[in-house]
Amino acid sequence: MTAAILAVIIFVVMFLLIITEKFERHIVTLTCGVLTLVLVFGLCMHSVGAIKDTLNVHSIFTLDFWYHSGDAVESSSGINWATIIFIAGMMIMVEGMAKAGFFRWLCMRLAKIVNYKKTALFIAFMVMSAILAMFIDSITVILFLAAVTVELAQLLKFNPIPMILTEVFCANLGGSATMCGDPPNIIIGTSLGYSFGDFISNTGLIAGIALIVIVIYFYFAFRKEIKGNGKTDIDISSLPKPEDAITNKKSFVISCVIFMLAVVLLITHAQTHLTVAFIGLFIAIITILTSLGCVGEIMRKVDYKTLLFFIGLFVVVGGLEETGVLKVVADFIGMISGGSVMLMIAIIIWVSAIASAFVDNIPFAATMIPVITSLSQAVPGADLRVLAWALSMGTDIGGSATPIGASANVVGTSVAAKSGYPVGWGTYCKKAVPATVLVLVVSTICIFVRYC
Amino acid sequence: MSEQIIISIGREYGSGGHVIAEQLAERFNLAMYDVNILREIAVENNLDTALLEKYDEVPKKRFISRNVRGYSNSPEENIANIQFEYLRKKAKKGESFIVVGRCSEAILKEYKGLITIFILADRDVKINRVSSIRHMTEAEAEATMNRHDKKRKEYHNYYCTGKWGDSRNYDISINSSKLGIDKTVDYLENYIKERKKAL
Repeated sequence: MTAAILAVIIFVVMFLLIITEKFERHIVTLTCGVLTLVLVFGLCMHSVGAIKDTLNVHSIFTLDFWYHSGDAVESSSGINWATIIFIAGMMIMVEGMAKAGFFRWLCMRLAKIVNYKKTALFIAFMVMSAILAMFIDSITVILFLAAVTVELAQLLKFNPIPMILTEVFCANLGGSATMCGDPPNIIIGTSLGYSFGDFISNTGLIAGIALIVIVIYFYFAFRKEIKGNGKTDIDISSLPKPEDAITNKKSFVISCVIFMLAVVLLITHAQTHLTVAFIGLFIAIITILTSLGCVGEIMRKVDYKTLLFFIGLFVVVGGLEETGVLKVVADFIGMISGGSVMLMIAIIIWVSAIASAFVDNIPFAATMIPVITSLSQAVPGADLRVLAWALSMGTDIGGSATPIGASANVVGTSVAAKSGYPVGWGTYCKKAVPATVLVLVVSTICIFVRYC
Repeated sequence: MSEQIIISIGREYGSGGHVIAEQLAERFNLAMYDVNILREIAVENNLDTALLEKYDEVPKKRFISRNVRGYSNSPEENIANIQFEYLRKKAKKGESFIVVGRCSEAILKEYKGLITIFILADRDVKINRVSSIRHMTEAEAEATMNRHDKKRKEYHNYYCTGKWGDSRNYDISINSSKLGIDKTVDYLENYIKERKKAL
């Protein structure tokens, strides 16, 4: 009991400290992780086994970690090293692509293809944001898309805020479509042993339907702003050429090939039995080997703080799991849903969404995975896969509602504000909240119709 | 070429700090920067002036803000940084100017020609001044003054290590109600002249 209370206190303090941003979030989770190991597992539980299970280092040295020989499912407890290795690998690949000018080239190319027409740009950038975010982290996608949007807005004299807000929303939506799109999905996929194909055929389908709905919604929500101002007589030859974005042609081609290889490996990993940890490491090694001249620069740009944040977070959540706190939460959800699977799904989607709108969705998703696992075991008819899709859509989409709900929102509004287009909560939420509710309704209906 | 001087003026609301800055700018023939920084930026980049001014010297709302990899969603913080960058560029070019508020005593401290001043005043004098200029009752003036000073303090203390109004952060802190606005300007003019000689 003392261990459980202590684990909850550490978790709550960690959450509050992350929200207040008094200290960097990786410092917070690592410190709380150490406290969990020492106080909860060591002092209260006297359990070396719990420490070993939570640190989970032994899993890295098993064949299953790199290559799925059978239907083995990864454990949801402790540090999810597969997530960390995969994210690190993708970060290295993305840095290589960014250095070669890939993202800027892609944005400029697309703008040129649509002939710099505002309505076409508006829709094309939304769709591109969603597609890129299926494979690349949404922060990188928005960083480049928003920067190019501001640049185009200044050249074509239009207000970039509507475009940036819609790009951010679609990046979050696109991220929900695949296993590697958004951190909660990577954690869900690696923890529960789901493949890229599992995600794309479930959350991907929902995200696809939602994307059509949301493009129509945003078009009508922003039609005055899109058509209202801006030049129509643009001398296209005076605009920056897409080719100018490429810093090094050889690196550009190599980074494109590596990206395509990563996409193919991810799409086929259920067939090849290669795990995401293997793919992450493989892609990182190839990127490093093909960029020997600038490895230092690429490695320096990797966001180590996020990786450390994950490690600490998994330990703290492991504390809640080992002490049985998450089982209590699962029992509570099971009780209030009265055994109704539909109500349970609705609770998971909407509570996850509301929580993710205000707090980081990564700790929330990591905490909820053991909860839905317990629910699927305790409640007859509650399929773990369906609960996982509900959790994925709730956490990924809920974050779109507010400027602080997801990392892409923060980066998008920041890029806009730095260029002289500040976006307050009112402006953001006025369009994003109805859009979020709309997508959540679509997701709930899709899950009910398909699985219940 | 004459030595660069940058006069940074921090001020309490109602102390006459802004008027003092204007008079010093006139006497030393210097450009003066305050909220007009945002107006200039807006004109240069075809931006909405009113929207930028809405966030001028407004403290960051911490509980509804988040930072990700050095990016902040806070419009207040981003607008503050735009102004800091503008001032740094002006200073780097070697320009001499007067700047009112905007954490200038901290963000430009590396410049040899920086003279930092904080203007304060007696509470009753500030209330009278605010109520006569803004046509308010004394109670309204006091509430307005408290609100503005609280905002300035929060804004300043978020970006700077030194505290707003703490005499240790400024070369000179002066109570404008003791000599009155004009004589305070005379006093500061002499002080600045002496500092210029010492550069």
